[in-house]
Amino acid sequence: MTTLFLITGSLLLIFMVFSLLRGALGPTIPDRVVALDTINTLIVASMIIFGAYFEEVIFVDVAIVYALLSFITTLYIAKYLEGGR
Amino acid sequence: MILTIIGAILILISSAFLFLGAFGIYRLPDVYNRLQAATKSTTLGAFIGIIGVGFLKPEWFLKTLIIAGFLFLTNPVSSHAIGRASCLRGVKPYSGTVVNKTQEFEECRSTKKE
Repeated sequence: MTTLFLITGSLLLIFMVFSLLRGALGPTIPDRVVALDTINTLIVASMIIFGAYFEEVIFVDVAIVYALLSFITTLYIAKYLEGGR
Repeated sequence: MILTIIGAILILISSAFLFLGAFGIYRLPDVYNRLQAATKSTTLGAFIGIIGVGFLKPEWFLKTLIIAGFLFLTNPVSSHAIGRASCLRGVKPYSGTVVNKTQEFEECRSTKKE
């Protein structure tokens, strides 16, 4: 069962490269923000899977806080892009 | 034993959905299309994967349920905020767009004012 966790977590790390490419060459600023949002969700999922691989509960706690902070960050960036109305 | 099989199948399905989301981010032509790929398939993939880890480790099930519900509630909200912001900022949809309801709404409101 640990090989399944290792393979899936590594696959999620590889999938981040696609989003990272879009964040690097996206034409407009909202493209980069969308890529950042996707990378945040992928990081939360891979963090829980690697927590199951390493048998550490602390990864799950950190993932909860990371999801909350990424949500607040995306909302603030969207408000900044809107123009502060 | 049944829980182990269900959890493994859920994790494999979630990796397929997450691949579709990430590849759609790279491949689709527009901000709005990319938002659709980002929010739908990524939310479903993360939800299924986290629940699958909860099936494989039953002592973590409550925590994984909490974080999956949190992702399921907040991911559409944040992508709606990004879409609204990019529309108000004036990012153009690409040339193959068929329906643009926001533009129609603005035209209708401007004619009503006159």
